[in-house]
Amino acid sequence: MARRHILRSARLTALAAATVASIALLGACSTDSTDNSPEADAVTVSVQWVKAVEGDSPGGGMTAAFAKIANGSDRDVRIVSASSGVSEQVQLHEVVDSGGTTTMKEKDGGFVVPSNGSLTMTPGGEHFMFMGVQRPIRAGQQVAITVRFADGSTTRVDALARDFDGNQENYSPDHSGEHR
Amino acid sequence: MTGRKPARISRRTLLTGGAGLAGLGVGAVAVGVGHELSGPDSAESAGQQTLPFFGEHQSGIATPMQAHAAFLGIDLLDPADHVTLQGFLRMWSQDAANLVQGKPGFSDTEQELGTAPSRLSVAAGLGPRVFTSPTLAPRRPSWLAPLPAFAIDRLDERWGQTDLVVAVASDDPMTLAHAVRVVVAPIRRRCRLRWTQQGFHHDRNLFGQVDGTVQPADDRYDDLVWDDGSDQQWMAGGTSLVLRRIAMNMDTWEAIDRPGRELSLGRTLDNGAPLTGTAEHDEPNFSATRGGIPVIPAESHIARAHQRTDREQFVRRPYSYDLAPEPGESSNSGLIFATYQRDPVAQFVPVQQRLSDHDALNEWTTPIGSAVYAMLPGASRDGYLGETLFGSE
Ligand SMILES: [Cu+2]
Repeated sequence: MARRHILRSARLTALAAATVASIALLGACSTDSTDNSPEADAVTVSVQWVKAVEGDSPGGGMTAAFAKIANGSDRDVRIVSASSGVSEQVQLHEVVDSGGTTTMKEKDGGFVVPSNGSLTMTPGGEHFMFMGVQRPIRAGQQVAITVRFADGSTTRVDALARDFDGNQENYSPDHSGEHR
Repeated sequence: MTGRKPARISRRTLLTGGAGLAGLGVGAVAVGVGHELSGPDSAESAGQQTLPFFGEHQSGIATPMQAHAAFLGIDLLDPADHVTLQGFLRMWSQDAANLVQGKPGFSDTEQELGTAPSRLSVAAGLGPRVFTSPTLAPRRPSWLAPLPAFAIDRLDERWGQTDLVVAVASDDPMTLAHAVRVVVAPIRRRCRLRWTQQGFHHDRNLFGQVDGTVQPADDRYDDLVWDDGSDQQWMAGGTSLVLRRIAMNMDTWEAIDRPGRELSLGRTLDNGAPLTGTAEHDEPNFSATRGGIPVIPAESHIARAHQRTDREQFVRRPYSYDLAPEPGESSNSGLIFATYQRDPVAQFVPVQQRLSDHDALNEWTTPIGSAVYAMLPGASRDGYLGETLFGSE
């Protein structure tokens, strides 16, 4: 009963969020999905957007994308990677507090979307990190992101670019440096 | 398909609400209608009253007037870039659909400011320059062009025509300010915000006159206001906005005593009744005379503005503005006069021409801004504003 309710809410939220018919997901929420159905089928993506960027910095610009990802199934699903045609790579980032300053870094093991729950990716929190953006991504432009799950299934998310100045945490893979 | 039962807006609800426009106890009517719109299971407080975003028409046009409004005049960096335009309209649809329900916009960083929608509406329209691209040129509504020059105009480009307009309105000024920020912030580097016109609504303007009395009859909106798609198919369900900014000279108006004020308007100041009647909505009798002299002077505002043909009707949504005076001045007041009609050339222009030719009020009022927009049809449930313009390419 509870599950049915949440599934329904997730779907309704996505619709209400309105999206412009831009969430190309594979078969949102059938209520009797079994454990061997693709992970991509369990999720509903909403409130997706990408930070506009000029992309003219040496070696390519960096930017980030955000979304709410709801999991309507009875098991956790795991996002293991993402990719996009507008950048050389897309990393899965988290923001951690490292003694007074916040730093972003790749999240070990990817993003887990809890069963009958959701993951909300926001500036200052988890996000898709676009590295090596060679051409500007400007407000109003649509960016396609392919999200890959642990079982190899994928979902495509179309996100509109928005002018936005947040999510400027330091970045520390090996070397640290601020990026925007 | 929202979490709760969709608000059921009958045409009748909207139109009954339309009476509020006429200045009849606006507050009371607005509360009643807003409550009805938000459905039986919604919160009771005024802040939780909602207007729909999705629907045949955009909210904020036939809706009983909200207390506060901001009109945003926006230029595209490249008016022929209709891909960016489409992106803007999609983003505004995403954000507005959430905001009108008290939910945050997509990239909203002050989400706590948006929790009391207070009948928030966000309506978008397109100016003539948008239709200069080869793709969109054939889709320009025939009437979408600057109004003819009127002799009374002292137009300042500062308040002139822009490529886009977003009309944001709410009963709560904080909600309004937040919604305006959500509209502008995500596109700010890809557009030029030319002007913002902020106003407040009351059943009177700053001259103390009861305003917005004359409105189309409830059963004439489909005919007089909403586009039927016969000119441009994509516009079905849309309308036009004429946005005039009218400066009002408070000092010279002060010099006119009460009888002179009433004669120049043709209505009493007390309750807005025509000088031939006793109540606001009494039909004025322009042929009535007293001692051989017309009771309502022929050059009075209402005698000149009164419709002479059936088509000369439109929705009037007047918002007052009252800004900080320029140095050396004692006031900076006026009216943001928004009218909505299917065809401004056929419906609005003849009336404005008569007022320009002669209107006793012209002595104290000066049009300083003018713009015309094609207000988009409402967005369908899974669609976005302007979808019909781009959709059938
Ligand atoms: Cu990052």
